[in-house]
Amino acid sequence: MKIVTGNDLKTGDVIWWTGKGWSRHYGEAVDVVDAADTVIASESAAQRVNAAYAVDAEASPNGPLPLHIKDRVRAAGPTVRADLGINPAVPIVKG
Amino acid sequence: MYQYDQYDQAIVDARVEEFRDQVKRRLAGEITEDQFKPLRLMNGLYLQLHAYMLRVAIPYGTLSGKQMRMLGHIARKYDRDYGHFTTRQNLQYNWIKLEDTPDILADLASVEMHAIQTSGNCIRNISSDQYAGAAADEVADPRPWAELLRQWSTFHPEFSYLPRKFKIAVIASEEDRAAMRLHDIGIELVRRDGVLGARVFVGGGMGRTPMIAPEIAEFVKADDLLSYVEACLRVYNRYGRRDNAYKARIKILIHELGADEYRRQVADEFAHVKTLGIDPPLAELERITAYFAPPAYEQGISDDIDRSDPDFALWLDQNVKAHKQPGYAIVNISLKPIGGIPGDATSDQIDLMAELAEKYGFDELRVTHAQNIVLPHVAKRDLYAIWQALDAAGLANANLDLVSDIIACPGLDYCSLANARSIPVAQKIAERFADLDRQRDIGELKLKISGCINACGHHHAGHIGILGVDKKGIENYQLTLGGSGAEDTSIGKIIGPGFDEDGIVDAVERAIEKYREVRTPGERFLDTYRRVGADVFKGAIYG
Repeated sequence: MKIVTGNDLKTGDVIWWTGKGWSRHYGEAVDVVDAADTVIASESAAQRVNAAYAVDAEASPNGPLPLHIKDRVRAAGPTVRADLGINPAVPIVKG
Repeated sequence: MYQYDQYDQAIVDARVEEFRDQVKRRLAGEITEDQFKPLRLMNGLYLQLHAYMLRVAIPYGTLSGKQMRMLGHIARKYDRDYGHFTTRQNLQYNWIKLEDTPDILADLASVEMHAIQTSGNCIRNISSDQYAGAAADEVADPRPWAELLRQWSTFHPEFSYLPRKFKIAVIASEEDRAAMRLHDIGIELVRRDGVLGARVFVGGGMGRTPMIAPEIAEFVKADDLLSYVEACLRVYNRYGRRDNAYKARIKILIHELGADEYRRQVADEFAHVKTLGIDPPLAELERITAYFAPPAYEQGISDDIDRSDPDFALWLDQNVKAHKQPGYAIVNISLKPIGGIPGDATSDQIDLMAELAEKYGFDELRVTHAQNIVLPHVAKRDLYAIWQALDAAGLANANLDLVSDIIACPGLDYCSLANARSIPVAQKIAERFADLDRQRDIGELKLKISGCINACGHHHAGHIGILGVDKKGIENYQLTLGGSGAEDTSIGKIIGPGFDEDGIVDAVERAIEKYREVRTPGERFLDTYRRVGADVFKGAIYG
């Protein structure tokens, strides 16, 4: 599964592509299959997202969950400040 | 402290308005991110894992109470109520919104601060000794020279697009508290036959290829120092590699040229630069130096301190250092509470430190490369009141230079370059050694953690260093031993295979217990390591 993420241009918030727009909740991301390049190109041109890229993900009870630890930290927020993340329940270590 | 003249203020104000316009154009879609990115980086604005990050310059780590208060105000108003003091003596905000950045820079400019030279391939914020002006062992105050270099380097047209970033440190004591020889240029002010000058070391650095700067000049007269530094930069700018970012730092150039050849080329260039007349006239030097005149110390005040409160006495012994002025002391405020995040301070804590500086410390604070804060000039009679205020705010951690006084980069919890988390490892180690009696028995131990090979956590210079790496998507931690960022500078050596997060904490403890077993009286961990060698520790760590 491939999902697309980036940072909101104005706020810098981590955002996830939902198929219709962007969400701060990784679980609302959609599998873009092989359309990541198209989404990234059009959304970057629309000046809504910064540094967009596609990541591998797996299904989870809360929706698609990034596989790599770096993207899981992005999804969760700093693991040392659970009070600051919007998805602090993300398991950082896969397994 | 230095105060802006009309030119300084005009430059900074103009920069704010220029960036305001750039942000407006970016948000309106008139410029792309590719066009905007170098502009925001020149104003200290990075895009990190979770948000924009703003790095604020604190020249040579010195700031006033008013400036410190502004840092607290910005944290409270625009960020999430805290700031992070860095190993470059700067401060970072982790949750900045692009649309707020021009107003933040305007707030900074209102107190003579900015975020210039905190990013990009320019001469970065100059660092220095946090005890400058207070240490008994300095031959001169290094800050006027750091300020001179700041003025010379800011927007220097020739050095704004160097092959890579460039870091300069200035110290004036034999005891090196600024990791001077691990900078691109390290300057140690010295006196020879009564004449002020400098030893100049060039080509040090950490990162993926750590190197200790060789001495390029054993004595440059102070009058020639700026020309000499310019010559050092010119040779680098001419021959430094621009085709490979990993080989672009000056340390690589000097390693490949050889120190002797680099020295020869600098000497030739210096002879030319001296004809350009860039060294400041005496009057300008005196103008700058006057800002760093000693504060109005009270004369004849007592050196006596009431040590009857045992917790205060512990803090006194660990965190308070000798001052050159009788009756005064240097206070170190540790930002390393057990289980806390190294270098983080809340807005309220920042305000409190500003208040203490204003009330008791001649309105001056310093940020240290070890991510702590210093009140450099405090009357000994006020120490107890200061300690009580710090204690009430969770800032009286009596652990300076002990095993829990850990340098840690933001790591994978915040940084887009990181491969592994640094902060949780620091927290676990600090918690393992939480008992202060045990820490004090271990004695001085510099433990430094980086979350990637860029080494912002200075792991190469740690008596114990930890480097986080990505091993097939799993965090792994390499252990290095024997590094030092002090006057006995050395690069730590990897001791063996890496560990997982819990394993590295156990490995650190085994190394420390081996030290306690084999040390001789008075030996620090580093001394013992150097005496007995790596194998003794390796055996203890790996069994």
